[in-house]
Amino acid sequence: MALSHMATSSSSSRSNLLKPLTAVLSCTLPHRRTISSDSTTTLTIETSVPFTAHKIDEPSRSVETTPKELLTFFRHMALMRRMEIAADSLYKAKLIRGFCHLYDGQEAVAVGMEAAITKKDAIITAYRDHCTFLGRGGTLLEIFAELMGRQAGCSRGKGGSMHFYKKEFGFYGGHGIVGAQVPLGCGLAFAQKYSKDEAVTFALYGDGAANQGQLFEALNISALWDLPAILVCENNHYGMGTAEWRAAKSPSYYKRGDYVPGLKVDGMDALAVKQACKFAKEYALKNGPIILEMDTYRYHGHSMSDPGSTYRTRDEISGVRQERDPIERIRKLILFHDLATEKELKDTEKEVRKEVDEAIAKAKESPMPDPHELFTNIYVKDSGLEVFGPDRKELRYALP
Amino acid sequence: MAGSVSGSRRIMGRLLKCGYGYGNGFLRQFSTSSSDGKSLNLYTAINQALHIAMESDPRAYIFGEDVGFGGVFRCTTGLADRFGKNRVFNTPLCEQGIVGFAIGLAAMGNRAIAEIQFADYIFPAFDQIVNEAAKFRYRSGNQFNCGGLTIRAPYGAVGHGGHYHSQSPEAFFCHVPGLKVVIPRSPKEAKGLLLSSIRDPNPVVFFEPKWLYRLSVEEVPEHDYMLPLSEAEVIREGNDITLVGWGAQLSIMEQACLDAEKDGISCELIDLKTLIPWDKETVEASVRKTGRLLISHEAPVTGGFGAEISASIVERCFLRLEAPVARICGLDTPFPLVFEPFYLPTKNKILDAIKSTVNY
Repeated sequence: MALSHMATSSSSSRSNLLKPLTAVLSCTLPHRRTISSDSTTTLTIETSVPFTAHKIDEPSRSVETTPKELLTFFRHMALMRRMEIAADSLYKAKLIRGFCHLYDGQEAVAVGMEAAITKKDAIITAYRDHCTFLGRGGTLLEIFAELMGRQAGCSRGKGGSMHFYKKEFGFYGGHGIVGAQVPLGCGLAFAQKYSKDEAVTFALYGDGAANQGQLFEALNISALWDLPAILVCENNHYGMGTAEWRAAKSPSYYKRGDYVPGLKVDGMDALAVKQACKFAKEYALKNGPIILEMDTYRYHGHSMSDPGSTYRTRDEISGVRQERDPIERIRKLILFHDLATEKELKDTEKEVRKEVDEAIAKAKESPMPDPHELFTNIYVKDSGLEVFGPDRKELRYALP
Repeated sequence: MAGSVSGSRRIMGRLLKCGYGYGNGFLRQFSTSSSDGKSLNLYTAINQALHIAMESDPRAYIFGEDVGFGGVFRCTTGLADRFGKNRVFNTPLCEQGIVGFAIGLAAMGNRAIAEIQFADYIFPAFDQIVNEAAKFRYRSGNQFNCGGLTIRAPYGAVGHGGHYHSQSPEAFFCHVPGLKVVIPRSPKEAKGLLLSSIRDPNPVVFFEPKWLYRLSVEEVPEHDYMLPLSEAEVIREGNDITLVGWGAQLSIMEQACLDAEKDGISCELIDLKTLIPWDKETVEASVRKTGRLLISHEAPVTGGFGAEISASIVERCFLRLEAPVARICGLDTPFPLVFEPFYLPTKNKILDAIKSTVNY
């Protein structure tokens, strides 16, 4: 079978996924130090692996954080993980229709990025958007209601899983076509520069989208005009079912901007992501675009119809879970520094579970959008189309 | 259980409910079977056609996103094993690149069979298809062509596909002289039409009704056979009104025909099969007989291919028409997520239009 054959031959790349990490955990944790119970005490923690830079000096590996921040990271990532697992069940129960792409495994990117920027900065992403939306300040109710196509959803039930938006928090969606959001992101950055907002745009895309031509077109424009655009490649190593090295001649995505500097970041380490995004924002405001490659991993398949196990081995997935899981990394840091007990963290996970369950119950109570919504928002004055009568068979047009 | 449908030739094969997630539908089981060949679903028939195309032409190649693993709809299962990774291979996610590459490959005298994973993703490749593929022969004064090019893409609704996995973009390509656009209605048709498309010396865009991949099952001859392009087929004879459609929509139209029959209306149903260049004669002959025409497709009604059929038939049969041509199509909205049942041209909408056209 093609599948088993492919899976075996991909095992050569599997070791690459794990190699840096095994080394990581043994040396990551800094020496135990006594800290006061003050949640704002500054802690300095070394990133899991060094940054790798292209045409730029890399930022320091020492990241400043606080007990409060670490506990928040833990809580937010646990919430995202739980939310995605719940979405998986809702999809299987056919309460979520449409296509659905889950983020579990990649949580550190959403959380770390948010910690480095403000809501004035813009984020635009592809269709794996649930957790990025939550990180920006979206609510669980808005998420689950949108997933189930209900009125209380963030796009009023009209977008579904791939189309979350939250304008007031600088979240520009939620885009279904691979790579299409990156040129849009550069347009956002142009507007920010033009109006002297001192803000930047993070345009996220996957390793699969990195091979789309429009990325390079957008990058050239951004570099030409020094736009504050940060292209963030969330490299989860598989573009749908194709391993990165099968689809990209150079899977060093941080170098693919050629004349644009880049940084490779351990995307499973929220603190490294935070450090990199802070660095990139400062750089972009002064100099123009930069690429961040987040080395990360998705535990689920590409979408709900992909079991995610035909093109990679179960060992690889469980290996990443054991060695690199972003939540476990923060859990270990918290325990190591005595910032919370194991039981307290378990309690947090229980609370998060409850929050998710409550949001789902509430979302289920939200009604489906009114049928006339089918015709709204097509033009400013809607579409001029009305449907009525039994089975909605009769149409009436008016000029919009 | 499948029961026989009197007065109608087998259209969609047997439509099965299945556990695929798409099978929640309003498609009912249809009759029966002939005795030649094996009972196959649509994606298996496509798969068989691709095997035959590769076997019968050593210069045929298949590529696209994830096709090496069998593709998201399993249409290319087993091909990489059988014909090797040099002839069946995955591409990066870059539709414009895939089609441009395919045109070049075909221009060197090869059969390039490119897959675009969903018809909704074909737009980055639109320039290559419209400006490069379709006009290559014309603009080079016949020195060059990419006649060996076939682009396969699943199209249409699946019950819950939402905005970007449900669209029917066929009309965009029907506006481009130099291309052929082909859409099959069932497994047997799919196999024969795909083989014809691959072997046709012109670039062909071949849209596969993804709703029917697993749902539609019928006996498919195992041997290599081709069905003619640009030939429509009368799949159900009748006297009162002509219905024209293609692809998955035909099963909905057939249900409407059956219901109309109970009210004493005799419907003639035509599968257009090839949208450009299309078989005007078959449709014209039928409308001359019935005096009425109804066209149905999933794509939005405005600028849909139904408009072209309507205009052409009015030109040819103006004095014979006894009622305005009816178009029962998708609404002029983006393809919706939760409102799919409202958007789609359902059986009841068609039935209603049959009645009002006949009683005009």
